[in-house]
Amino acid sequence: MIESDIMIIGAGPTGLFTVFEAGLLKLKCHLIDALPQPGGQCSEIYPKKPIYDIPAYPEILAGDLTEKLMEQIAPFSPGFTLGERAETLEKQEDGTFIVTTDQGTQHRAPIVAIAGGLGSFEPRKPPIDNLVQYEGKGVAYFIKNPEQYRNKHVVIAGGGDSALDWSIFLSEVAASVTLVHRRNEFRGALDSVEKVQELKNQGKIRLITPGEVVGLEGEGALSAVRVQAEQGLITLDCDAFIPLFGLAPKLGPIAHWGLEIEKNAIKVDNSLDYQTNIPGVYAIGDVNTYPGKLKLILCGFHEATLMCQSAYKRIYPERRYVMKYTTVGGVEGFDGTKKEAPKAVIKSID
Amino acid sequence: MAQDITLFITDREGKTHQVVAPTDMNMNLMEVVRAYELAPEGTIGVCGGMAMCASCQSYVESDHLLPVQSADELAMLAEAFHVKENSRLGCQLFITPDLHGLKVTLAPES
Repeated sequence: MIESDIMIIGAGPTGLFTVFEAGLLKLKCHLIDALPQPGGQCSEIYPKKPIYDIPAYPEILAGDLTEKLMEQIAPFSPGFTLGERAETLEKQEDGTFIVTTDQGTQHRAPIVAIAGGLGSFEPRKPPIDNLVQYEGKGVAYFIKNPEQYRNKHVVIAGGGDSALDWSIFLSEVAASVTLVHRRNEFRGALDSVEKVQELKNQGKIRLITPGEVVGLEGEGALSAVRVQAEQGLITLDCDAFIPLFGLAPKLGPIAHWGLEIEKNAIKVDNSLDYQTNIPGVYAIGDVNTYPGKLKLILCGFHEATLMCQSAYKRIYPERRYVMKYTTVGGVEGFDGTKKEAPKAVIKSID
Repeated sequence: MAQDITLFITDREGKTHQVVAPTDMNMNLMEVVRAYELAPEGTIGVCGGMAMCASCQSYVESDHLLPVQSADELAMLAEAFHVKENSRLGCQLFITPDLHGLKVTLAPES
């Protein structure tokens, strides 16, 4: 059981900044995210895109913003459960909550802060009639263990980095790799595109462009895919079909936690502290909704700040506390580090 | 004040809405759909309008002369689903006076 004061669901910019505001109040945080790396949409969808409305940063790349936030929260030693999706929320008799992930990891905290953005990222599945029927029987949307493709005939579909990178990787492992994409142009790192070109020239990757996988065949397990190609419909014998069309966020299990949902988002009390209809459970950032809501990173930061003050009062109802400026109090990390403004030197004049 | 234009947008349930959109706010078709709440939040404009998700894919049904597709839009459409000859990404169609009377249908959610 992983214990913390605030359990944050979602490690995007809002979730990450929550660690800082909580840290100033000596509250320890643990973050859970379905993605294998922190940053949420900023790292998964647009790491190389500039953001222009972060106060005091006239321009910052989304990937750099993530790195800066990680640096800012490092003194507060946050814990991370990455690559696991928060599946269930259970309230305990002592008032704490237990959140369990899809892989069974359990977390307990008196406060839950849902900073889940638009939801957890799930693979975009192409609209092929019997696709779902072959899931786990030849069809996969992630490659967890490349070894399982050793000496297998693999068909990959997609035109981005993951389709290119996995084609390159599996060309060394699999018996054959066929990459199917709807056009000749790929949008991936130039190195990867050139490498696939080279492997194609060497006969190590078969490229079908323009082409589209439109059907699957097999008794029980997958044994072939049907590809609509320039020369017409062709059938390719294969053991595995891996469609890699990126990820899209879905609200997912959070929608069934008994929270009040409106417009695909969690309703919160914005006049006070962004608490949901379940006391002790807050929702901040893009995942919440209230009158006048704007899905902006800077609004998420504000919401996280107010939410942490409220969380402190919930955890320590008997204590009186007023917010302290970092310029005055400095930043005292849980790792023993301390940052503070240098003391003014007072000198007398004789 | 700059001219407003009229658009005809058919939602995913097949209902057509006649809406008015400003031409001086640097808005795009995806944002007009959101402003009028013609598709549920979270199912359109997921990437915010960067041509990176295709959740705003729309079929253009009138014969308006449209701006040429950028490399980003073409690449995204090549990885989108339910794509037709007249598919465009709503976030890449900016509301200009030339688009007055435009007729579009939102592609299914994928």
